[in-house]
Amino acid sequence: MNEISINHILFLSTALFFIGLYGLFTRRNMITMLMAVELILNSVNINFVAFNKYLFPERLDGIFFTIFIIAIAAAEAAVAIAIIINLYRSHQSIDVEDATEMKY
Amino acid sequence: MSATSIIFYFLATFILAAAILSVTTRKIFRSAIWLLFSLIGIAGLYFWLAVEFIAAVQIVVYVGGIVVLIIFSIFLTQQSGKEMPKVSSSRILLSALAIFFGFALTYLLIYQNGFRIENKYFDSDIERIGTHMLATDNTGFALPFEVVSILLLAAMVGCIVIAMKSKPIEK
Repeated sequence: MNEISINHILFLSTALFFIGLYGLFTRRNMITMLMAVELILNSVNINFVAFNKYLFPERLDGIFFTIFIIAIAAAEAAVAIAIIINLYRSHQSIDVEDATEMKY
Repeated sequence: MSATSIIFYFLATFILAAAILSVTTRKIFRSAIWLLFSLIGIAGLYFWLAVEFIAAVQIVVYVGGIVVLIIFSIFLTQQSGKEMPKVSSSRILLSALAIFFGFALTYLLIYQNGFRIENKYFDSDIERIGTHMLATDNTGFALPFEVVSILLLAAMVGCIVIAMKSKPIEK
């Protein structure tokens, strides 16, 4: 089972994190930015599970962190989408450049 | 190269390719579908890591919940076939440089760090997870569990309050 070294899994999660970051930098649409945030959270989950399995197999803390991160990500997505839909109602746009009332 | 490593490399390629397409495609609906594929690949990775409970939670919450919510909100906010405006090439170049150097630095740190691998059997039985989740001793997670349930309730109430149509002021 351990023939794949942990570095390979960490390479995957690091790459996924920075792909999400790239999406966060280049996108200007709120829904696609939310998708990029989901990718980032998933890369963190992979990290937690891999560290728990490879470095501390007698404990379960990484599994619990993953479960709590998934629960909070679901809550965060629901609140964010409620805000986005409300913003679309008042501004007719979900571009971040159009929502500048609270910028200054 | 054995079957497990072939499966791992296949899953890794699939996840990264779907993620890259998800952040670069210009049609928002396709972006959501690529995100869906990437999340399914991550669930497969959890199956490969033999943590079946996390894989099941990943499929139920992410694939069944969050992606469906995102697709609903795409339908509610704009036409799904419309292309997003083109990103300026200077922004693409600067972001690519930033993530390239960030990735290089992070992976260099990971590569040079020698992890001490424990070659023990990892028991992630659902029964064991459940016992630890609701234990009240030092290793238990009963308090965070309760806090998360309060948080979910608060988030639900908050969503309803935000999304509720405000009544016009009567005079």
